[in-house]
Amino acid sequence: MDAKDILGLPKTPLSITQEKKSRPQKDSQRKPDGISREVYALTGGVAPLMPSIDVSQLKRRPPSDEKITWQWLPFTSSARKDNLELYHWVRVVNGVPPTGDYSFAKYNKSVDVIRYTDEEYEKHLTDPKWTKEETDQLFDLCEQFDLRFIIIADRLPTTRTVEELKDRYYSVSLAILVARAPSLGEVPGHPLVKEPYNVTQEIERKRALSMVLSQTKHQERKDTEVLAEAKRIAESRLAAQAAEEPDIPATLDIGPESAERAVGSGDTISPSNVQVHAAAAAPSTSVIADNSSTLASLRMLRVYLRTYALEQMVQAASSSAGLRTIKRVEQTLQDLGVNLKPKVPTKAVCAEHLELRKEILTLLNLQKQLQYKEAEGSSFRDGSYGDMPGSSKRSQRAVDQDRTFVPDSISFGVIPGDRGVKREQKRKGPGRASETPSSPAGAHKRPRKMKASDL
Amino acid sequence: MGKPEDGEKKKKIKDVEISVPIVYGNAAFWLGKKASDYQSHKWTVYVRGATNEDLSVVVKQVVFQLHSSFNNPTRVVDSAPFELSESGWGEFEIAITLFFHNDVCEKPLNLYHHLKLYPEDESGPMSTKKPVVMESYEEIVFTEPSESFLARVQNHPAVTLPRLPAGFILPPPVPVEDESKRKRGDTKDHPLSQWFLNFSEADELLQLAAARQQVQAHIAKLKRQISMTGRNNQQFKPL
Repeated sequence: MDAKDILGLPKTPLSITQEKKSRPQKDSQRKPDGISREVYALTGGVAPLMPSIDVSQLKRRPPSDEKITWQWLPFTSSARKDNLELYHWVRVVNGVPPTGDYSFAKYNKSVDVIRYTDEEYEKHLTDPKWTKEETDQLFDLCEQFDLRFIIIADRLPTTRTVEELKDRYYSVSLAILVARAPSLGEVPGHPLVKEPYNVTQEIERKRALSMVLSQTKHQERKDTEVLAEAKRIAESRLAAQAAEEPDIPATLDIGPESAERAVGSGDTISPSNVQVHAAAAAPSTSVIADNSSTLASLRMLRVYLRTYALEQMVQAASSSAGLRTIKRVEQTLQDLGVNLKPKVPTKAVCAEHLELRKEILTLLNLQKQLQYKEAEGSSFRDGSYGDMPGSSKRSQRAVDQDRTFVPDSISFGVIPGDRGVKREQKRKGPGRASETPSSPAGAHKRPRKMKASDL
Repeated sequence: MGKPEDGEKKKKIKDVEISVPIVYGNAAFWLGKKASDYQSHKWTVYVRGATNEDLSVVVKQVVFQLHSSFNNPTRVVDSAPFELSESGWGEFEIAITLFFHNDVCEKPLNLYHHLKLYPEDESGPMSTKKPVVMESYEEIVFTEPSESFLARVQNHPAVTLPRLPAGFILPPPVPVEDESKRKRGDTKDHPLSQWFLNFSEADELLQLAAARQQVQAHIAKLKRQISMTGRNNQQFKPL
């Protein structure tokens, strides 16, 4: 400000910005210029950011050359059919009142509902499910309520679903349109023809929508998880080439999840199996892809050491495995008496070593898969749907009781249904038998079957 | 550029891999009574053919990078046998860089060897007669070798050639100069050769084959169990 004084520059254009800057300061300090303090407070008071109303502008608004008066004048609206005359305040400029229709009349839109003649009805529009009377009623209501089908459904004396009403209305309109069209050529452009009403689709769509809307948070989360999983699988499938044995699932990441879903939604096991195979196909094919890309990069090197090549291939093969799995592979190698890094890394030795590692990976994955399958089985038997091993004491006990389980060793045979129960009883005595009846609701099958086998 | 023969010599053969098995490491003798504080051992670090053949058909030069406490730590060896002898007291990592002939490969290759002076068994007596030896087996793989390289080594014992593609005709090998005039590059009668370790792939292959068999059997068992469990679970699928 001082600089401006010195230079003798006008202050007016800058005073606004200065006001804006100083507004964040205390209210009491800054008294607004144009309007009184209370009015200023009404408009938001000391606005720290963009002022919605520029204070100095408030005073300057009224144009000086025009004479404005406000008059209480009558008006009519073209939207009304009865020529009702009402009064309202009108802004008169220089003694000339505004002309033109009532400004809100243009919003009075309505739908052009096609009305048919009786003759047309006889010729094109008869329908076993609809009487002429009902159809007439429908069309009256459509016109009255501007195709607000929900209201129309309410007003019709007969009970019909909204979809039925819509279907009748649109098909009648379409039929009439086609019948009245002077030539076939004019018809296709009409929206009724281009997008006909599809009842079944609509019903289905609404049902799906309501299902989605009424999903619990739990279900929602599950769905997103599975979708993400499916997307990942699809992508890795695209990235690699197929060709893999269908009965070696290499990983089972979505195993527990698919088990849960199968249990939760009451689906059969086959979808979860399909998903398992899909998951299986992806990682092992990606392993193949990794291998070939490693080979390619090795070739680019022109010269390399055999041990280096082996390292790269091992890394590529274990790319889908976590750190823990890799450690387990190495532990297994040691247990088998094999050097982690071959002492004599010839071509043959390295190839064998790599194959061995891959086979160990497969082995570990199979062990995990078996673990999950058995847990699945025990959770089915207990009737504790949606539970996973360890998540409920009941199923946990069942798992422990059914078989001794050591992750790295071969687990015992599976307990198949009834026969398994019997076998169990033989092995473990009456203690086991008392176990199952104690499990509450959900184990309906169990007690009944036991009775049958007891006989 | 140059004559068309040069271009032909440099032509790369795809799908043919030349591998050179080597052994690199060191042998260290304790100096016993003659040992001083700073020179307790006399050691030799070397790179030799795995079957003690002459590597100079492939390797042009080897550079041993020693610990910075040595004078001129960068030691260059231009001819076979590619070795370096020194005396010292400490164990450290030696960087061994192999430079190949022009038609073999333009890029050098690095190996790393930890100099071993003291025996594994620390409590045992140190002998001046028997050295402490630490060797590592390695194979150098050349992808897409040039025609001239291939021609040169096609019958050389130091090099392992795979079966050449059918219909492949190599130019006749260049006649070698009189063997006796050149310094012997192979290490068959090397003074240290009695201490060289034997690397046989047979043992390791056997070990690996046995391990694989075990694992495969285990896998088959698990697969059976899994399919059995799957069938059993079918009985209990929720309605």
